[in-house]
Amino acid sequence: MNQFNWSNAVRLGLIAGIIGVLIALVGMVETFDERDIVASTLAMSWTMLFITILVAAYMSASNQTSNLLGVAGSTITGFIFSLVMCVLVFIVETFDIRQTFVNASPTLVDILTFERGMPGGFIYLIGTGTIVGALGGGIYILPEKIRRALILGFGVITFVGLMEDIIRVPMRDFPTVSDALSWMFGRGSESGLSILGATVVFVLVAGGNYLWGENQSKINASVQKMPETRQRSLRILGYGLLILVVLYLPVVLGLYLTEVVNVTGLFILMGLGLNIVVGFAGLLDLGYVAFYALGAYIIGVLTNLSGELTLALGWNYWLALPLALFGAVLFGIVLGIPVLNMRGDYLAIVTLGFGEIIRIMALSDYLKPHIGGSQGIVNIPPPEFLGVLLNKPQTLYYLIVAGCLLALFISQRLRDSRLGRSWKAMREDEDVAQAMGINLVATKLLAFATGAAFSGLSGSILAIKLGTIYPHSFALLISINVLALIIVGGLGSIPGVFVGALLLAAMPELLREFSEYRLLIYGALLVVMMQVRPEGFWPEETHKREFHEATQEAK
Amino acid sequence: MQALKKFNWTDLFMWVVGGALLLLIVVGSTLTLQQGKYTAVQWFDLTVFGLAQGSVYALIALGYTLVYGILRMINFAHSEIFMSGAFIGYFVAASMQRSGFMQENPLLGIVFIFITAMTTSAILAILLERIAYRPLRGAPRLVPLITAIGASFFLQYIFRGLFGTQNRAYPEIAYIQGAIPLGGDFQIQKIQLIVIIAAALMMAFLAYFVQFTKTGKAMRAVSEDKDVAALMGIDVDKIIVRTFIIGAALAGAAGVLYCFMFRIVTFYMGFIPGLKAFTAAVLGGIGNPPGAMLGGLFLGIFESLGPTLFLDGLGIPAPYQLKDVIAFTMLVMILIFRPTGILGERLSRTKA
Repeated sequence: MNQFNWSNAVRLGLIAGIIGVLIALVGMVETFDERDIVASTLAMSWTMLFITILVAAYMSASNQTSNLLGVAGSTITGFIFSLVMCVLVFIVETFDIRQTFVNASPTLVDILTFERGMPGGFIYLIGTGTIVGALGGGIYILPEKIRRALILGFGVITFVGLMEDIIRVPMRDFPTVSDALSWMFGRGSESGLSILGATVVFVLVAGGNYLWGENQSKINASVQKMPETRQRSLRILGYGLLILVVLYLPVVLGLYLTEVVNVTGLFILMGLGLNIVVGFAGLLDLGYVAFYALGAYIIGVLTNLSGELTLALGWNYWLALPLALFGAVLFGIVLGIPVLNMRGDYLAIVTLGFGEIIRIMALSDYLKPHIGGSQGIVNIPPPEFLGVLLNKPQTLYYLIVAGCLLALFISQRLRDSRLGRSWKAMREDEDVAQAMGINLVATKLLAFATGAAFSGLSGSILAIKLGTIYPHSFALLISINVLALIIVGGLGSIPGVFVGALLLAAMPELLREFSEYRLLIYGALLVVMMQVRPEGFWPEETHKREFHEATQEAK
Repeated sequence: MQALKKFNWTDLFMWVVGGALLLLIVVGSTLTLQQGKYTAVQWFDLTVFGLAQGSVYALIALGYTLVYGILRMINFAHSEIFMSGAFIGYFVAASMQRSGFMQENPLLGIVFIFITAMTTSAILAILLERIAYRPLRGAPRLVPLITAIGASFFLQYIFRGLFGTQNRAYPEIAYIQGAIPLGGDFQIQKIQLIVIIAAALMMAFLAYFVQFTKTGKAMRAVSEDKDVAALMGIDVDKIIVRTFIIGAALAGAAGVLYCFMFRIVTFYMGFIPGLKAFTAAVLGGIGNPPGAMLGGLFLGIFESLGPTLFLDGLGIPAPYQLKDVIAFTMLVMILIFRPTGILGERLSRTKA
């Protein structure tokens, strides 16, 4: 009965090995080797490989019948993984394959063999892989509470280690704080946490999580026991703190981080808009970037001062903004009419075509005298608000926050309104919705128009933020980016947009090395999400139910 | 009465737009022809080029149509399967060129390029189907579509990571260079002729395969009704995999032909031809293989003649830049006014 499942352990090892080889050959290992998680001890490159092994080993352990066999299975998985990596190292060293695989470099071999060359390095490689595999199995057999605390601890170390330089930038303005915490990080130019810092972070997080797990119910109960007024004031206090933090944020964050927040904010704006179109109304729009471009271009043309363009009017931003929004809405309706009768896949392709048409038109010589062609529009003046020039990230921040709050308010109110419920009904079944008396034409067009307005607003802010706009800024990738963001967050879920934007817009901005692999990771994330968690990280209730019903039916 | 009741303003809007576009085409074409800037030889060259380009679109479009016919999903990643074939074909061609094999046995070399490209594409398609699509059968419609978009980007950027970002120039195969004179000033490029003939041969083979072989019959049965086909003893999973393989092999071959014509290989080369091929599939009526062939050829010619014929006369500078606009506009117009395509059933409204 306690048979050891060889094939499963070996297969998982092979799969993990192939993933490892891909990670290496795509160039991620080499790029991420510069970034240390724990200063001069553990680099991001190996962390990624470790995570691959750990996940495979964990799955391998869970497929065995007993704990002991589980650890054995995961050890074998780790061993097979390192064997595959050895084969890769051997091939890269022996044959010259750089003509074809541009990243199969000597540096890669050095990293994988711990700079010990070919025969010697194999022992280290296999040893490391096997031990990490065994650890993965070890994590599996621990009691659940400890396991969760451990995983969280390691996760936070990775995160803090990655964000080390970003955490330290704002601290520079407060020398006392930065001196007091200097022991936590690597010395001098080293990146990542120090070993002591990593240990402290791990103990704090893992211990804290364990204690929280033990006492969570008690704390919740004591909050529940409080009288109604106390609870309310507690909540108001929470909101008050949040508002203070939001207002004070750019002062603390400094130039670079505020810029990152601003970019994220623009994505949140677009995400909230697309969430209405795709999440609420169920209309898969792949040409969403068109409205973003339109908002930016209308502002660009109307406020431009250079006089090179035939239509440049030199208007004030605040005067041009309503026009930009109106233009986007109008366009949303005009592009919405042709696709009224289309569903699903066809809608996606046609909207994608629309997005491309807009971009090609912007790029063409035909419209060059009016909107600048491939050279784009330069010299878009920053607007002024109550005597403050909105030209720095720190001041633009407030405009973006205001825009996001407005969009948040509107989409929250719309979601619970009659219109919002019509959208959801339409998403579930168009024919039934129509039979229930919902005017499909108006409902669909309103969804397109609202989504376009948010996107246009985002584009108009982008125009003044950059000061210049090029057709290349409005590639299809933006649409895919926003779509990935709302799917990862959870289709139709408003908090999901924020989660998605944090993960898919802020993180790649912060981890510069990632930006090159951004779309690779998005693609993989979309595929994996759809299989493992199609409802997203912060799902909307009805969607969640729907997805799980569907999978049950399929079974 | 009935006709009056059905009238609504959105339809009116679309008829006005369609009419305006038609007017634009007619006026543009008349003006261009009146100005007489182009000679008959130039028109002939454009047509042959369009035909060759269209043959490539048709080959890719078949992959979309076959998969759509069976799974009712747009395989967005099909354009990346096309790209992978082109890429592997390039590596084989380049290495054979370096070693001198290509100069000695050009015919064998070309056959070898095709075989490797088609095999790679097929393997990639099998993996794609097994890993990404199969677990999602029966999921809500949006789910496989999003997976396909994700897979498309994943494959594109895996290739970018593995093989670098630079544009690689395809080796010049001396055997297929040059032109064949047709009398007078007319001549036809050897490559274009090869592309057209190769595509025609493959499509003829596919037509035979779908119509007369056992697998082909099973494919048609599965596309009619999966459950009933399964009851008749057809292994649905196996047929789906075979459909993917056939579509991918055609796309791989199309990748090689495309490279012969345009002689450049990049990781994003699949996107635009993929989109065009989808347009071709819709144009011909999606789910309908002969339609895809017809649609591809039509689109190729339309796109090659269109900018010059419709736009040049209107005094639009650099009309060739707008050829993609013409293709996409045509896609939209077809979906609105004849969603069935040239030969298809009405899918975009009912089943989609």
